[in-house]
Amino acid sequence: MKVSFTLNSETRWLECQPNQTLLHALREQLGVKSPKCGCERGDCGTCTILLDGKSIKSCLVLACEVEGCEITTLEGLMQSGLTPLQKAFLDQNAFQCGFCAPGMVIAATELLEHNSSPNRGEIEEALAGNLCRCTGYAPIIDAVLDLVDNGGK
Amino acid sequence: MTITHQFDYIKAKSVAHACKLLSKKGDHRLLSGGTDLIGHIKENLATPDSLIDLKGIDALKHLSVTPSTIKIGALCTFSDLLNSKEMAKYFPAVQEMAQTVASVAVRNRATVVGNICSAVPSLDSAPLLLTYDAVVCVVSSKGVRKVPINQWFISSRQSAIRKGELVCAIEIKMPAQKHGATFVKLGRYRGEDLAQASVAVVALPRDRYRIAFGAVAPTPFRADQLEKLLNGKQLTDNLVGQAVTLIPSLVSPITDIRATKEYRTHMCQVMFERAVETAVARLR
Ligand code: FES
Ligand code: FES
Repeated sequence: MKVSFTLNSETRWLECQPNQTLLHALREQLGVKSPKCGCERGDCGTCTILLDGKSIKSCLVLACEVEGCEITTLEGLMQSGLTPLQKAFLDQNAFQCGFCAPGMVIAATELLEHNSSPNRGEIEEALAGNLCRCTGYAPIIDAVLDLVDNGGK
Repeated sequence: MTITHQFDYIKAKSVAHACKLLSKKGDHRLLSGGTDLIGHIKENLATPDSLIDLKGIDALKHLSVTPSTIKIGALCTFSDLLNSKEMAKYFPAVQEMAQTVASVAVRNRATVVGNICSAVPSLDSAPLLLTYDAVVCVVSSKGVRKVPINQWFISSRQSAIRKGELVCAIEIKMPAQKHGATFVKLGRYRGEDLAQASVAVVALPRDRYRIAFGAVAPTPFRADQLEKLLNGKQLTDNLVGQAVTLIPSLVSPITDIRATKEYRTHMCQVMFERAVETAVARLR
């Protein structure tokens, strides 16, 4: 079936089977590689994208469900270079392998949109569905806090 | 994990259209958030002939509020509960519960109606819905029926829904009087964990209580015997102590990868005590 939607502010369409997940469609058919394929069962968060402005796990969504929707991935967020959040992660050396980074960036971006000065607890809560195997989370949370302390710049 | 099972995907245009599709021969499943269903299909635990997507049906969207009831539409997500001013005003404990459900990205997608339709013993929304005497509104091509939530959960993973039926909403009566409520959930970590045990307590004026447990029996349930014991009596340490000793005979938890039955039973007692305390404090 044919599905069309807005992907990172461009109108795109694809031909897919009903059983194709959005994660696979993005990565394999549309060449959008920032959402990663981790657990594929909704547990790890590395496939997180924004669907109509809200974070969702793209491994638990079918491609055919997004007809007419608006999808944003990291590629879309950083159309004019790294965002202040990404810079903060970079400056703080917040990640090691970086596999969890796409989900963390999306989740933290969504949080900061609703709450420009979250405290540590709120950041933890917002990032909770994203697993990181390398860092122990502290540098990731610290980087977001730092950004907040610096007024989001 | 690629989905190997093949199925048709149909976007329903209206509730009537969805009912018609549902009544056809075969295994047809309703799709809203899909956070459970897609996972089940991946693991071949569900092998439907078709998925009927409800997301295009405006009539099922969002929360509607009248002076007498609050209606949670079939497409209302846990995030919608958290964003609702009416929920914050009348049912803050429901928001407290929604906040414990998985993670933001799941709450943005998973629906409350989908949660009760899964009918798993550990479902987070059940204990509070039980204490609020919620009503499940079900439609089919034959008409509408309303099922009180305490008759909804039949056994583990089995609800009172019949073939060809669709849950269009959950209704909760607006509280007639001031009340204090709380939901306490025991999980191993924040993020994706299922409840090992959960308890909801609603405290009403004049020493009346409503209590329900989740994840510690084949279905979530109202603890009638505890309510009977507490109702109409002044809450003393002694009375709470009596209630706590009664709990092991009311719950029947299992031992699994997440916790042992002894631990769950013990925690039910601890959590009940704390929940009563919180609910009563909130009533004041
Ligand atoms: S790949 Fe989607 S949550 Fe892990
Ligand atoms: S940095 Fe490696 S998983 Fe997070």
